Amino acid sequence: MDSSRLWLLRPFGERSTLIFLGVLLAAMTLVTLLHVAVPPGHPLYVSAYTVNLFGKYLSYALLAVAVDLVWGYLGILSLGHGAFFALGGYAMGMYLMRQIGDRGVYGHPVLPDFMVFLNWDSLPWYWYGFDMAWFAFLMVLLVPGALALVFGFLAFRSRVTGVYLSIITQALTFALMLAFFRNEMGFGGNNGLTDFREILGFNLRSSETRLGLFLATGVALALGYVLCRAIVTSKLGRVCVATRDAEARTRFLGYRVERFQLFVFTVSAMLAGLAGALYVPQVGIINPSEFSPLFSIEIVLWVALGGRATLYGAVIGAILVNYAKTVFTGAMPDAWLFALGGLFVLVTVFLPKGVAGLLALRLRRRRDADGSFSGKEASA
Amino acid sequence: MRYPPMLGPATAGARAGTDAAEDERTSHSRGSWLLALALSLALVLGLSITTPAAAQDSTPDDDAAAMTLLEALDVDSFPTKGEAIDAIVHSDDSRARDWLQALLDGRLQRAGDGRFVVVLDNTGRDWPVQDALSGEPLGQMSRRELDRIGINNALRNQLRSAIAVVDLYAADVGLRRASAERLLGEVDSDLAGPLAEVIEEEPDARVRERLVQALAIYRLEQGELQAIDDLRGSLHPRVRVALARAASGTVESRAANGDDPIVADAAREALNSIEQMLKLNRAAETLYFGLSLGSVLVLAAIGLAITFGVMGVINMAHGELIMLGAYTTWAMQQLLPGQPGLALILAIPAGFLVAALAGIAIERGVIQFLKGRPLETLLATFGISLILQQLVRTGISPLNRTVITPEWMSGSIAVNDALSLTLNRMYVLGFALVVFAVLMLIMRRTRLGLEVRAVTQNRAMARSMGIRATRVDIMTFALGSGVAGLAGVALSQLTNVGPNLGQNYIIDSFMVVVFGGVGNLWGTLVAGLSLGVINQVLEPWAGAVMAKIIVLVFIILFIQKRPRGLFPQKGRAAEG
Repeated sequence: MDSSRLWLLRPFGERSTLIFLGVLLAAMTLVTLLHVAVPPGHPLYVSAYTVNLFGKYLSYALLAVAVDLVWGYLGILSLGHGAFFALGGYAMGMYLMRQIGDRGVYGHPVLPDFMVFLNWDSLPWYWYGFDMAWFAFLMVLLVPGALALVFGFLAFRSRVTGVYLSIITQALTFALMLAFFRNEMGFGGNNGLTDFREILGFNLRSSETRLGLFLATGVALALGYVLCRAIVTSKLGRVCVATRDAEARTRFLGYRVERFQLFVFTVSAMLAGLAGALYVPQVGIINPSEFSPLFSIEIVLWVALGGRATLYGAVIGAILVNYAKTVFTGAMPDAWLFALGGLFVLVTVFLPKGVAGLLALRLRRRRDADGSFSGKEASA
Repeated sequence: MRYPPMLGPATAGARAGTDAAEDERTSHSRGSWLLALALSLALVLGLSITTPAAAQDSTPDDDAAAMTLLEALDVDSFPTKGEAIDAIVHSDDSRARDWLQALLDGRLQRAGDGRFVVVLDNTGRDWPVQDALSGEPLGQMSRRELDRIGINNALRNQLRSAIAVVDLYAADVGLRRASAERLLGEVDSDLAGPLAEVIEEEPDARVRERLVQALAIYRLEQGELQAIDDLRGSLHPRVRVALARAASGTVESRAANGDDPIVADAAREALNSIEQMLKLNRAAETLYFGLSLGSVLVLAAIGLAITFGVMGVINMAHGELIMLGAYTTWAMQQLLPGQPGLALILAIPAGFLVAALAGIAIERGVIQFLKGRPLETLLATFGISLILQQLVRTGISPLNRTVITPEWMSGSIAVNDALSLTLNRMYVLGFALVVFAVLMLIMRRTRLGLEVRAVTQNRAMARSMGIRATRVDIMTFALGSGVAGLAGVALSQLTNVGPNLGQNYIIDSFMVVVFGGVGNLWGTLVAGLSLGVINQVLEPWAGAVMAKIIVLVFIILFIQKRPRGLFPQKGRAAEG
């Protein structure tokens, strides 16, 4: 068998991937069943709102997987992945805006409401084509990808790494946030894009569409996970890990480190863009706050909490933190930032391997219980 | 000795003796200045404060004469009133200005018993009044008991220039300056003659210069070529307007004097040189604002440069340490109410201490456990920054706190008519330079500085030479954090003090450190100041937000070109 051809299928031979996909599939089926088959009012009933919420978590999970790919396996701490996420979201938002057509408040056949409000008389050139779904969906991947390609090309070529790279990725997303806040940019300024009606002809407010979006996000997460797994288990992935651990040595061994970095960084940005595109129709709005440096750092926390360089840990972390956020901001809004800040400190100091590390530790402990080395995991 | 125009010594009465009057003027100048201030305050605010007796040395004789002067105002014919106003202007009565001002404002009124009164506050039903002659408060009077002395527009204009002229003779230089200022572009043929005499006798150079300009504007309007020489180099907007009118040939006298292209050309030429100077002034202003912004950036970033440079630690909570410094200033002012200046000065050491202690707590509590893991340190300190922010939000208030600017820091220095430099920014700029110099001294001249530099360059080697690296870490972190606190004290004078204060500066601070080169204080200074200036230069044509974006993009691109900043560390330390 030619293994190089089948690199995309290799993850299916791993137990961890199969378990992950199994759990994901089970969860999706369960939510669907509880939503469709259980009558409303029943304690087990999952409302459309909750389905929507789960869909949001899954899109965050995909984003976390994208960040884990670069941080966990490439050693690049990107504090600007929110920018790629938001760009994907804006591409999707532009498509959804165009789908409103003449049903906006001002009833203009072409121009979105905010442009009519700002007295614009024609569509800016970069809005062309977004009335076509295929074009918009392509842009969801291409725009973040192109930005990552250019940014990464410049950064990796001149060997900007470590803390420096983190800081300039943060500057990147900060600059984009400032730019998107400007009304002149043509993306709705402060308010962003909102008031969407339908996607591909389906009403966004109906519970069927919400369920569909939830399932689509789940499928995207599964595919993204498999893709990342395939990348990290390939030879290319090995080079990436080598780069992470000893960049100079890898370079001396003859690998063009910057090309690997660039490739993986761009793939990760595109995945983040996809996550953003799935996120926007489910929350119904995209505005410049998604570019805020705080959000980008939060993503990193999800990954850190879940466990770096495991991919499934990123998913766990994203869902855990966001579930906690939903609970906290509802019950004790003031306490949320304390909890979040505390999590940052506790995870980095006491849980360097995250929840995934805890799980692995427990598994090994159980295995070691039969053997004679029961104290060795402490070194992990 | 100067008299109002067209005033003979005979009417000047008791003040005829020249030397005596001169003495009197200087000896009374302080009192009358206070009086004028109190009065104008009362006028502006419409407050019913009672002014001190307008003229304490007034004699019954003066009052009789004054009564005659005021009686003359209570007539129906406006031209007659105009003459009466002239009489008051020339009376040399020290209360004349108040009467004229009250008349202009419609507050000079006659009570039912025939007394003239000045209404202090004409809002509401009952008005507080005072006697126009003695200045004694007469309590409240209903508006029905009072009879207003009416004026028309012509009289209003006459009054305005009359007040300006009266002020020209005031003992107080400030009043004369203000009056000369008002006369720019307002001089007419009646005033031109006396003005020339006033200029001769005016002791204050600035007032004289203004009056010369005021007169020159009038002369230019008459088509006089030499007048342009007096106007050349003045940056006052009214002078520019006058020159522009002369240059474009809209001067009324043009028709009378015949077309005079020479004057127009000369005016145009003078105008051009003024425009050149204005451009220079604007550039100087931009530079000043740029340096001011830059000094803020330097203050915010320099502590970061120390901790980052020495320990390789990214302290994301640095912004919140700045915030702590600002809140310390606020707290100090709360502790010392009524003494904002003293509180601010005390806040300098207090802010340093508070932030330094917080820094030590962060270092001992978190950072020491994350040695050699800079990215994790970044995340942990970010968490700390969130906690600190929220602490302030729930502990104090989510709203901005007001920090008072002490009197000696507010206001501005007017360099010329087009350029004035705000004092608080000047102080902050100076403060930043002092902090920088002190830090430089600590790094270069003290034992601590030596050890810090040794640990920065080669930690292992420094330790084997007997330097306690951990202690150096703590001291460095305390120093860097303390400087952040100082930045907060300074910032409290320029921006709002709120929970988000630090967040607004953290990215900028990083940019400055990265741009300047890590571990190099000079780099931080140069980077901070130049980024500030670049930002201010870009702002006029790109807008504030766009300027910021451009600067960020510029730095991102710059880092690609020079990954180690403007002044990279050389040698082994560079490969940290």
